[in-house]
Amino acid sequence: MEQLQQLVAEARDRIEAATDLKALDEVRVHYLGKKGAITAQLKELGKLSAEERPAAGQRVNEAKTEVAALIDVRKDALAQNALTEQLARERIDVTLPGRPQWDGALHPITQTLERIESFFAGLGFQVAQGPEVEDDFHNFEALNIPEHHPARAMHDTFYFDAHRVLRTHTSPVQIRTMEQQKPPLRVIAPGRVYRCDSDLTHSPMFHQVEGLCVDTDITFADLRGVLSAFLQSFFGRDDLATRFRPSYFPFTEPSAEVDIRCVHCGGEGCRVCSHTGWLEVMGCGMVHPNVLGHVDIDPEQYTGFAFGLGVERMAMLRHGVNDLRLFFDNDIRFIGQFGQTG
Amino acid sequence: MRISVQWLQEWLQFDETPEQLGHRLTMAGLELDAMEAAAPAFTGVRVGHVLAVEPHPDADRLRVCRVDAGGDEPLTIVCGAPNVHEGMRAPVAVVGAVLPDNFKIKKSKLRGVASAGMLCSARELGLAEDAEGLMALPPELEAGADLRAALGLDDTILEVDLTPNRADCLGMRGIARECSALLDRPLQAAGVEAAPVAGAAQVAVEVEDAEACPLYAARVLEGLDARAATPLWMRERLRRAGVRPLSAIVDVTNYVMLELGQPLHAFDAERVGDRIRVRRGREGERLTLLGGDQTVTLAPQDLVIANDAEPQALAGVMGGAASAVDDATTRVVLECAHFTPRALAGRARAHGLHTDASHRFERGVDPTLVPAAMERATSLLLQICGGQCGPVVQCGEAPTTHAEQAIALRPERIERLLGVALAQDEVERILAALDCRIQGSAEGWTVHAPRARFDLAREEDLIEELARVHGYDRLPQTLPQPVGPAGTTDGLRSLRSGLARRGFHEVISFSFIAREVAQAFYPEVEPLALANPISADLAVMRPGLWPGLVTTAAYNQARQQSDLRLFEQGLRFVPDASGLRQEPRLAGLLGGYTRPEIWEGERRRYDFFDAKGVVETLCAQAEGTLDFSAEGHPALHDGQSARVRLDGKPVGWVGRLHPRLCERFDVGAVYLFDLDATVVARAPVAQFRALSAYPSIRRDLALVVPDSVPAGAVLAAIDELELELLQDVRLFDVYRGKGLNPEEKSLALGLILRAFDRTLDEQDVASVTAAVVQHLQARFNATLRQ
Repeated sequence: MEQLQQLVAEARDRIEAATDLKALDEVRVHYLGKKGAITAQLKELGKLSAEERPAAGQRVNEAKTEVAALIDVRKDALAQNALTEQLARERIDVTLPGRPQWDGALHPITQTLERIESFFAGLGFQVAQGPEVEDDFHNFEALNIPEHHPARAMHDTFYFDAHRVLRTHTSPVQIRTMEQQKPPLRVIAPGRVYRCDSDLTHSPMFHQVEGLCVDTDITFADLRGVLSAFLQSFFGRDDLATRFRPSYFPFTEPSAEVDIRCVHCGGEGCRVCSHTGWLEVMGCGMVHPNVLGHVDIDPEQYTGFAFGLGVERMAMLRHGVNDLRLFFDNDIRFIGQFGQTG
Repeated sequence: MRISVQWLQEWLQFDETPEQLGHRLTMAGLELDAMEAAAPAFTGVRVGHVLAVEPHPDADRLRVCRVDAGGDEPLTIVCGAPNVHEGMRAPVAVVGAVLPDNFKIKKSKLRGVASAGMLCSARELGLAEDAEGLMALPPELEAGADLRAALGLDDTILEVDLTPNRADCLGMRGIARECSALLDRPLQAAGVEAAPVAGAAQVAVEVEDAEACPLYAARVLEGLDARAATPLWMRERLRRAGVRPLSAIVDVTNYVMLELGQPLHAFDAERVGDRIRVRRGREGERLTLLGGDQTVTLAPQDLVIANDAEPQALAGVMGGAASAVDDATTRVVLECAHFTPRALAGRARAHGLHTDASHRFERGVDPTLVPAAMERATSLLLQICGGQCGPVVQCGEAPTTHAEQAIALRPERIERLLGVALAQDEVERILAALDCRIQGSAEGWTVHAPRARFDLAREEDLIEELARVHGYDRLPQTLPQPVGPAGTTDGLRSLRSGLARRGFHEVISFSFIAREVAQAFYPEVEPLALANPISADLAVMRPGLWPGLVTTAAYNQARQQSDLRLFEQGLRFVPDASGLRQEPRLAGLLGGYTRPEIWEGERRRYDFFDAKGVVETLCAQAEGTLDFSAEGHPALHDGQSARVRLDGKPVGWVGRLHPRLCERFDVGAVYLFDLDATVVARAPVAQFRALSAYPSIRRDLALVVPDSVPAGAVLAAIDELELELLQDVRLFDVYRGKGLNPEEKSLALGLILRAFDRTLDEQDVASVTAAVVQHLQARFNATLRQ
């Protein structure tokens, strides 16, 4: 049995000496495998007397357990070393730049339109669309702008022939909506419009949003309430002052232009507001009875308001864009600036 | 319209500052555009009386004047003005005076003669843009008086922007009426007295088109001195109104127009003759206009004033050169007429003209002004130029207009439209102040609008007047009853934001493009052309969105931005037999590298399959089976272009821009797509499908097929089998080359199998695989690769 003690001592040395799992396993097989040195000791038990056998068997099993435990400890240590090595091997330079994604963005005009649409959608306004090549009737006649009306000259119309024009405003969508649907109506019509005018502050193509609300009890007070709330929401300021100035549009009566306190100088007077402290942002009014008459809506039964606004102007004010032409150059450095503002 | 506050004060008394008045006008719909001083700042300028003029001893052009400037002793002043003469009154800037632009007057010596000040021209005082010689002052001004006070120069000019419905405010009378209503102050309207008729001379007037010219009045004035000087007060008022003083006769007609709003015209009677005919222009007739610089060719739509021989004036727009008054004129035919807005609409513009007269007649002039304006102008002419006048010859009558018709105004309608009731006395005060005639009636009021107001024809017009004068900002604000939020949203919205999230930039390009560009991309479309394009580059409506995307790509690539993902939504315009199709499209462009430059590895450039992948993503929600087939498009690379179909219906294209167009538009290789926006935006509400609890099995096959067989056809053929267990097919490799015949290719397919009721076994896999292989063998002669 001195041999057994020697075997255990020997095994301990070899376990300690094993530097990887493979070597360790070889040690295990050498001592504890089916033909292992300690396993062989069990076979020797048969040579012993029946009295000696239990105690000797117990000693061999203890030796086996001891060696197995030593192997396990060594195994854990080696696994730990391997992991440590792996982690060291896999170390990277975390300061290298991350893999970039391409940044995209909606055009700021689209973002502005969506902002406007969202406000009015909340008040129950549906989005309506209409053709851009429009006929004379819908662009002018039905809006109470007969031929030779001075307002026509102010529109700088692009035309194709005697009857077809590029719509000069989104107002014809009012007419098309009322031709197809009867009150109560709440629609807004965003879209491209065209005027034969091109310079620093005029683009031959730009965007408008038209709004229309017709019901049995719509008043000028509603118009003021809705537009004031809209402008405060759009510019994100609930203290934004608005004022309604009488104006003239052939298709509304009474008509008004809406000014807001200059968002640039707060009303002190600056270049943006031409030193008036106010910025003109919208035109609006109560739908003219002649317009309702053109689409067979009884102006005695129904009243309504309509409004129109220039989207580029709203976008310029909100984002501080100082040159109208940037919107149509489509430089991706420009468009990309509006990626995060959704 | 430029309003002199001083002049306005002759019509009504008010204490408001010019700023307050301007604000009140703005808030009543007469928007204040600018406010300026009637004269620039200057001090120390007095009325000078030239007592003596002597030659300068050393200079031919200079004179030495002795000028009474109100001091104890006359001043000696050296002057170079050609018109200086003994006895004249002229402005004198004394030593210490400061003229505009901070020009200080000091004692000086001119060619050896001391000068104690400066005699001034109107230009030097900032009262005219140019001037010949000294500004001659009226003799009644007292020598030494301060010039600013003597001429009333401390006046403010309010420039207001009038909307086209307010032609009534194109004269001081109308402005005064408006201010009287706004400020609630009585109007002191001066009556006009008829000038005594002293001569018998007259012209015969014949109006051929009484609808266009319902009233024409003319009178002959004789013995006029056309060289008479226009009085300074009138010249000043003209100047402040922005009208250049010319000669007495013309100045008077302009003055009366500014005062009352009624345009007039003076013909030289010797030249125009004694018969006047108001008629339509005749095709091809020509008329040289006042000033002689412009000759217009007339059309039957033009209304002209003619003598027996030829047209002498474009009615209501501008007189002709042939019958113009000049310094030698002694007899004048003074015309004062009413031309209807309808008759004049667009006529001035048609000839490239816009005059003070046409501006007023197009918008509507009060027809009852004709007699008053005629008498007013006559009196002023006789006063200034002397002479005598003949009787007024009048043809026609002031037309009846809407103003004859009573408008019913109901208090409940006021409340219904404005959302608030207005007090009865406020309603009556406002309407009366605006010169309406009002009577109380059972329903409310019966109102007759003043003739000057062409824009007051119905109840709503009156309600606007009430709201306007009462003040919009004094009316209430409410929100209409809420209704449910809008049910439909813009279907493209989520597709747009999806593209933006994938790195696309949205662009907005013009809907009109150059004809050659349209034809380069879409040679089969004859584009819709504008009749009045802004330039040849913006001349036809785009038949598609690609030209805008490609030119935008070129614009950006020229700015070192070559990796591009662009999209645009908008209409394309395609004329066809049935008319014009205006169709919403969603189109895009990819070019350059697929990802930003980084410190590792190689980058790949975009190719056809990137563009196709975007199309597949955009169509993923659309209803129907998506299909791509190799077809040619004139703008695309012949070998890299596909027609996109949904359930067999063509919905768009995807492909590589034709190299010819790349070169022409100076862009690198770019890939384009174009889709019918209505189809891709129509996404049905997503419906839940059950998930299987059992695992899937994958079996990979390599199938050899003839190279001519499109991969899409192989995949579609597997689809046709409608194998229940086959959940997905992944084409994970395409191989040509070693081990295969040159006309063959190998497609590596991963079959994904799954059942909803059990775990699949080898037999299931074998039967599905066999079905696929057999079918492909039958269809394409496909074989399993060994």
